[in-house]
Amino acid sequence: MLDSSIPFPTLPPAPGVGYKPQHFQDILGDARPVEWLEVHAENYMGEGGRPLAQLRHLAERFAISVHGVGLSIGGEGRLDPDHLARLKHLCGWLNPASFSEHLAWSTHDSHFLNDLLPLPYTSETLQRVADHIDEVQESIGRRMLLENPSSYLAFEESTYSETDFLSEVTRRTGCGLLLDVNNVFVSCTNLELDPRAYIDAFPIDKVGEIHLGGHDEDEDDHGAPLLIDSHGREVADPVWSLLDHLLERSGPRPLLIEWDANIPPWSELAAEAARAAKALERVPA
Amino acid sequence: MSVSQTQFHDALLDSSTSVPIGLSDGRGQPAGARFSVYRNNVAVSLTEALEVSFPAILSLIGHENFKKTAGLFLRQHPPKNPMIMVYGDEFPSFLEDFEPLQHIAYLPDVARLEQALRESYHAADADAVAPNELAILPQEALAASKLILAPSLRLVRSRWPIHAIWSYALDRSSAKPKNQGQDVLITRPAYDPEGRVLPPGASLFVANILEGKTLGDAYEKAMHDAPEFDLTGLLTMLLDTSSIIEIQTQD
Ligand SMILES: [Fe+2]
Repeated sequence: MLDSSIPFPTLPPAPGVGYKPQHFQDILGDARPVEWLEVHAENYMGEGGRPLAQLRHLAERFAISVHGVGLSIGGEGRLDPDHLARLKHLCGWLNPASFSEHLAWSTHDSHFLNDLLPLPYTSETLQRVADHIDEVQESIGRRMLLENPSSYLAFEESTYSETDFLSEVTRRTGCGLLLDVNNVFVSCTNLELDPRAYIDAFPIDKVGEIHLGGHDEDEDDHGAPLLIDSHGREVADPVWSLLDHLLERSGPRPLLIEWDANIPPWSELAAEAARAAKALERVPA
Repeated sequence: MSVSQTQFHDALLDSSTSVPIGLSDGRGQPAGARFSVYRNNVAVSLTEALEVSFPAILSLIGHENFKKTAGLFLRQHPPKNPMIMVYGDEFPSFLEDFEPLQHIAYLPDVARLEQALRESYHAADADAVAPNELAILPQEALAASKLILAPSLRLVRSRWPIHAIWSYALDRSSAKPKNQGQDVLITRPAYDPEGRVLPPGASLFVANILEGKTLGDAYEKAMHDAPEFDLTGLLTMLLDTSSIIEIQTQD
């Protein structure tokens, strides 16, 4: 458990977007209503050049959230010490407002699979995830946020619900949570669960950031709906409604639009952020 | 039934392996084709990463061939770390040994050029020496000195016209490649790597400088093979492109 004097991440309770290099000039011109930016940690682990120069520049004007996609916190093996060192270096010089990662694994036997892979929720995996989070938090000297995944299948061996699992992880490690509302909608649709009940069971006081993103619609081989977390389009209407339901419980929180594939012009992304701003305005602080 | 990550990993990379038992659709049925979402994510995302890094190879062999080649490559050489922007270091040598594409003999070297461009893009920043720093050295001190070149500088030497092929692959209005080897120097004056073809003497000179030879030794070797070598022209270009970051004089 992390020293309780180490503060919680401090992103503003306002709209942010996932940063894409093609929007650099637009953002410097007029980023409204976007107040903060999220970057994928791994893209800024090079030695130098334009990516790091742009990030240094943006960090002078915006709060930055570093969002890792490669630590493999849910992995059976130990965390990659080289990768952890790179992360520590990045958090050291950038001093971001927040660092977050996923409840997932992506590395096995030194193979990085570039996807957020699912894990069963058992006492054994709970201990492993908690140990890995302890190690990360100790290494970077800050509290991290852990994000709920999008699921396409379930493990028969699971003995915890995802919300109970996450509650227990925060209790053991002192980490915060990143609640991805689109992931809730995707997982609950795919696994026939009630997304509102999921939100209601979520440890809301631990939520340091909310994610919203677009998904694709598909079907499985029995004709059941199968939603894919693609981040390649606008946020779907039922996800916006689910957000309203969440915000009623939580009040305003840092709210991020993720758009990682088929990246739109800045104006379109800013329009999504404006819709997020409206949702935040509707709830009392 | 518990599913280990070894089982999950193996089934992800080999679609002839059956889906691990113990995964369900949340409705009491086996996960079945739902597992393919993960299989697909892995293959598609890694193929896209290679397409971003090797656009000329993509253009030269076409999308379908690239997808097939990448699909085999990523199963034999999955990424070794999460820095996907530099995934595919073994891709050029994979192409060299890849039978279906061996009739395109220049492909591996064009891939090496693209890899060098990518390395240059992400290389460390470094301050260049002032343009007059070479000029103020007396002749003898100059000959005995060593030049430290920018971390973003790369030299790719080939018996194929790789620069012309690369240019043509990315812009079909470029001049058609002539059948002559090309050595390409990549410099990065600010943030954008630039490739230029070096004549044989200049290429040999830069190769020797990169090996740590003194300026005098590198010059002699270049002149021996290519008496037309223009040292002043080359040094001016290196200074103009912020490629020299230190001059180590022998004291
Ligand atoms: Fe997310």
